[in-house]
Amino acid sequence: MTRLALSRRRFLTGAALASTATLAGCFDPLGDRDSTVRNVLETANSLTYRAQRLLLGSDDLAREYSESEIRQPQRPNGSTNPRDADYLALANQNFAPYRLKISGLVETPVEFSLDEIRAMPSRTQITRHDCVEGWSCIAKWTGAPLASLLQQAKVKPAARFVLFECFDTVENGFSGPIKYYESIDLRDALHPQTILAYGLNGDVLPVANGSPLRVRVERQLGYKMAKYIRSLVVTDDLHGHGDGGGGYWEDRGYEWFAGI
Amino acid sequence: MVTLTEAEASENNLPKGGGALVYRQRLATRLTHWLWAISLFFMLLSGLQIFMARPDLYIGQQSGFGFDNTVLSIGARQVDGEMQGVTTLFGTSFDTTGWLGLVPQGDGLARKAFPGWLTVPGYRDLATGRVVHFFFAWLLVATLFVWLIASAFNGHLREVWPSGRELKHLPRDVADHLRLRFVHDGRYNVLQKLSYAGVLFVALPLMILTGLTMSPGVVAKFPILLDVFGGRQTARTLHFVVMIALLLFFVIHILMVVLAGPLNELRSIVTGWYRTTPEKRP
Repeated sequence: MTRLALSRRRFLTGAALASTATLAGCFDPLGDRDSTVRNVLETANSLTYRAQRLLLGSDDLAREYSESEIRQPQRPNGSTNPRDADYLALANQNFAPYRLKISGLVETPVEFSLDEIRAMPSRTQITRHDCVEGWSCIAKWTGAPLASLLQQAKVKPAARFVLFECFDTVENGFSGPIKYYESIDLRDALHPQTILAYGLNGDVLPVANGSPLRVRVERQLGYKMAKYIRSLVVTDDLHGHGDGGGGYWEDRGYEWFAGI
Repeated sequence: MVTLTEAEASENNLPKGGGALVYRQRLATRLTHWLWAISLFFMLLSGLQIFMARPDLYIGQQSGFGFDNTVLSIGARQVDGEMQGVTTLFGTSFDTTGWLGLVPQGDGLARKAFPGWLTVPGYRDLATGRVVHFFFAWLLVATLFVWLIASAFNGHLREVWPSGRELKHLPRDVADHLRLRFVHDGRYNVLQKLSYAGVLFVALPLMILTGLTMSPGVVAKFPILLDVFGGRQTARTLHFVVMIALLLFFVIHILMVVLAGPLNELRSIVTGWYRTTPEKRP
């Protein structure tokens, strides 16, 4: 009888263990971004980046759609209403004092007002926004090609990345507010569809979608397309910014190259 | 196919009564089989993790927020002051509390599409899900490639591909399966060939192509994918549907292994050696 009870208890313990530490639960350590296995798995991301860079020419364009395919407002995501004082001050003046600063590895650091950017040759594109969550939304974006702004600043040969510094505080960390930031390589920065958008669906870009400026990087996922852009830094190294991942979400485990 | 002679068989101390032991599965076949098993296991669980970030499926280029093109939706809502897991398929809603939408977590229930045991990691973590998914996606594709090359050279491709003559035997083979009468002659029967060829030449390529259609980078190079599958969101839905088909294949595959003699079948896919049914002597 004792033996039976013991084996039954052992069985129940086993069953309880099996139900809490289920098969999938065994793989939870994969979420630890410093684990060796995680690092091995992440090598696939650089393979993806290299494969897409090999495959995609500089001029391969993301599909552009017709007006009839704009069937809904662009879905806002991430920050939609920044409460940062400097941003609110600018927004209250309709962004008249706003200056986009381009610095870093450039011959001539420059500043542009919103009117100056609007006066540049513009590009309008109806494209599909693909969110990392899985949804898509088609909208019409109008803006100045990033390439023409970079051209005026004269990018130095050593430059590799363009970093977007944003106004919006995404979370409050231990060492103060953490603002959104992102980065792309020069290949994407100079791509004809990469624009600093100030217009959405024929209107001024709304606050929810990133006014005064948000970047469109049409061959990557939505989190690469920084909103509320404050300044651009041209650089050859992403380690000095944030936690070094090259972007807010990258610092939280998402891949830097979001082409898939 | 290598067949042991009776003398060799008795030398190897094999029990009498069974048919000849044949070397049925080559190393390349066995190795790729297990690499696929591992890849598909992780891809399923990490895929469900990814799906959990947006547990809705749509038809078309985009997701309908201002209009309705949703075919499947998993969520939770308040019903009579109580939370309920709700799954809506083609407009019909089902209470799936405990399984989908509102699932057990710790001592209570959490608003999550899938329970922890169905996802990698067990908690909500889209970033890790994607890392795992894409690693095994590369492994799966590489394995398929190795299998295709090896099988083209070692003749395995012909063993899997059903011939026209065999297809004529299909009704008889279906009848045999329904009566659970299995022939162990060391060759695949036609239903087996059809299901293996279906997985390798239809389901997995469809899975890879619909997956690639979701990549904004890949479709910039091959926009035709968007037309072939009818839009990114349709491709995402198809990716999910083929996943269900692969899951069904897995269930039937395991069932067949159990019915056909699990030890013999397992031995053949681990060591390569398979015992055939003894031939009836006249």
